[in-house]
Amino acid sequence: MSTGFALDAGLVLDAGLAALVLAVAVGAIVAGTAFAAVVGFVTYGLLLALVWVRLAAVDVALTEAAIGSGVTGAVLIAAAARLRPAEARSAAERPGVPLRLAAAVLSALVAAGLAMLVLLPSAPAPSLGPAAAVHLPELAIGNPVTAVLLAYRAIDTLLEKIVLLLALLGVWSLAPDRFWGGAPGQPHAAQQDGALALLARLLPPVGIVVGVYILWVGAVAPGGAFQGGAILAAMWILVMIAGLRDAPATGGRRVRLLLVVGPAVFLAVGLAGFVVADGFLAYPASYAKPLIIAIEVVLTLSIAVILGLLASGPPGRERQR
Amino acid sequence: MPPAVTLASAATAGGFLLVLAIILPAAGVLLALAFGRHAERIALLLMPAGFAIAIAILADVWHSQASLVAVMGGWAPPLGIALRADGLSAMMLVTTALVICAVGLFARGDFGMPAGGGEARAPLVFWTMLMGVWSALNAIWLGRDLFNLYVALELLTFSAVPLVCLDGRAETLAAALRYLLFALVGSVLYLLGVALFYGAYGTLDIGLLAGRVRAEPVVWVSAALMTAGLLAKTALFPLHLWLPPAHAGAPAAASAVLSALVVKGSFFLAVRLWFDVLPGLPGVPAAQALGTLGAAAIIFGSVLALRQERLKLLIAYSTIAQIGYLFLLFPLSTGAAAAGIWGSVAWTGGVYQLVSHAIAKAAMFMAAGLIGEALGHDRIAGLGGIGRALPMTIFAFGLGGMSLMGLPPSGGFVAKLMLLTASVTEGQWWWAVVILLGGLLAAAYVFRVLAPALAGADEPLRLCARVSRRREAVVLALAVGALLLGLLPLRPSELLQIGRPAAPTAIMR
Repeated sequence: MSTGFALDAGLVLDAGLAALVLAVAVGAIVAGTAFAAVVGFVTYGLLLALVWVRLAAVDVALTEAAIGSGVTGAVLIAAAARLRPAEARSAAERPGVPLRLAAAVLSALVAAGLAMLVLLPSAPAPSLGPAAAVHLPELAIGNPVTAVLLAYRAIDTLLEKIVLLLALLGVWSLAPDRFWGGAPGQPHAAQQDGALALLARLLPPVGIVVGVYILWVGAVAPGGAFQGGAILAAMWILVMIAGLRDAPATGGRRVRLLLVVGPAVFLAVGLAGFVVADGFLAYPASYAKPLIIAIEVVLTLSIAVILGLLASGPPGRERQR
Repeated sequence: MPPAVTLASAATAGGFLLVLAIILPAAGVLLALAFGRHAERIALLLMPAGFAIAIAILADVWHSQASLVAVMGGWAPPLGIALRADGLSAMMLVTTALVICAVGLFARGDFGMPAGGGEARAPLVFWTMLMGVWSALNAIWLGRDLFNLYVALELLTFSAVPLVCLDGRAETLAAALRYLLFALVGSVLYLLGVALFYGAYGTLDIGLLAGRVRAEPVVWVSAALMTAGLLAKTALFPLHLWLPPAHAGAPAAASAVLSALVVKGSFFLAVRLWFDVLPGLPGVPAAQALGTLGAAAIIFGSVLALRQERLKLLIAYSTIAQIGYLFLLFPLSTGAAAAGIWGSVAWTGGVYQLVSHAIAKAAMFMAAGLIGEALGHDRIAGLGGIGRALPMTIFAFGLGGMSLMGLPPSGGFVAKLMLLTASVTEGQWWWAVVILLGGLLAAAYVFRVLAPALAGADEPLRLCARVSRRREAVVLALAVGALLLGLLPLRPSELLQIGRPAAPTAIMR
């Protein structure tokens, strides 16, 4: 009886969560202003993180909360604030009914196709989960997600970091030539008191500890470089928004080195695998865990700096020399 | 188990070359970011090395008559990821290296770092993104894992989009944003299909998937989603709206890379999907649908190219038409007699079109760049007398045009002749009509440029800038390459069959 009750409670929770996610999504689409839509989007991301927790995908939940909601939310809020003066004018340029109808039909088609596949009876989905777990002892780590990201599919992770760097360079490339190498945007007015200043002083010490913990624990439990780096970036963004510290010049030698150090170390260890192990991105037996953790530490640094600078936008001031 | 499985899981001796082909330009990205003011030097130093790697892979594949395989980290698929170079990959690697090196030599004039020794915006972004495009394309030619290929596609998108708005004008920013939106929708659709494949079959390895897929709803839905996403990135009619402003607005060196190579990446994945993942499935309606869109693109793109006032827009619309030819590959090699040798003719013709258009179009865009530099504008009506001022450049433009029209002995001639032959022998004559009509329209739009360019000017031509002979020579060399492609014996046809156990050509044997 007790299991049946637990099952029902879980079902009710899931159904309520699903309904809420859908309602918030619709709310974000029909919102009247960009700012309201962004608030809807951030809420949607946080609820989605809960859905991932319910699906026992804690790593995905952490990433969704930190990136999908946190950093993306910060970027979108800044964009909405900047667009506000022009919002009334651009409302006249909204896409016409046929285009919006076409988008709706297309989305509905995709959703219907997916729903059909989910509802069709099918054999239990095969999974690589057991295979991923079998090799964990060889790597001396306990979290299969970390094993996938840093060992089995390490080349994907490496190339994704290059994608992040190119995305940052793409954002920077929007700057006027005279600002190249300068600090991003305008400095935020320093807030001596008020909720934001208080938060920016209280939260980072805790956040930095949590971020480092999430990075460290990634070897044995949900966590790792990306999640840890995203939390560190969020703390840095908070400090910048509150005006406690200004963003660094994008052309600074130290900033550039921090940006590339993670992928560069990853790549160097990968190439060393040709010599000391059996091929690119292979780890020598019994050194796998220390190497993976070393790579994750430098990756966390680079990811935090990349995400923090991505959220800060293109250079907007002349470079001080 | 099909032979592809054993092939994919055993690494070969030359496998490290495949890793280097992807990693060398990726290391170039990191170095360029870290040592910004040396970005140009870093890129130019890496180019000969990258070219040599591509040639070495081609030679290895040709000599061993077998695919090169590399297994990442020693983790064999399905848990890990393998890279594999078959004949087709080797051909694309060399084509890419050729075009990138030519663009690099050409761009030295446009994107030099400032004399003061500092770092400047446009050069840093250009050289870094060029390395990014190269790494991404090589990862696409070599990838054997659908998610690894997704990462490569993202790498390609994020290096290609900033190239569009390098000059920072409002209209190129709008074009880049539109390109980004199309590309991201394409990525999401592709990724959705990849997730469905994994959910249904528990692997993302192309060789393993080919042995497991069955004709069932999940395969059709994922194939449809992935194909739609890839078509949006390839700019196949009617998803072409983003291409003309993006390719015409970019600086000439960037346009050359975008039009010659970047759109081919997603096309190549569509080929991998239908020929390597789903070879055993009856895909006739899908193939006919893709062919129909391709035919519409040929007619529509050519007619619009004919009506353009500006040279770069004309070339960009011509790209839409030439992409259309590529998609005739689908109905002509998966048709009723798919098992016949004529499937192989269409297959070779399609790949010939891929390579010859890449080389010819890169030459034409760079020629247009030199013309625009010399005249200070690129209005077709104002081209009078330019043929006398820049004879080498106009000659190169004409040679590239021959390939678009399909005149002998160009590579485009061989490509179109093979597609034509295939459509006649397949009994699908309607494609032959489109191919011939497309050739006529191409002749019309190329002559629309050449006629005023070769005519005398009403008044003495005043050039805004001197054009360097070196850059003219690079463009001409590339255009001559596109022409000579047609003189190669049918070696490529043999090369293309290396490592293709699942290709239609192999089924008959």
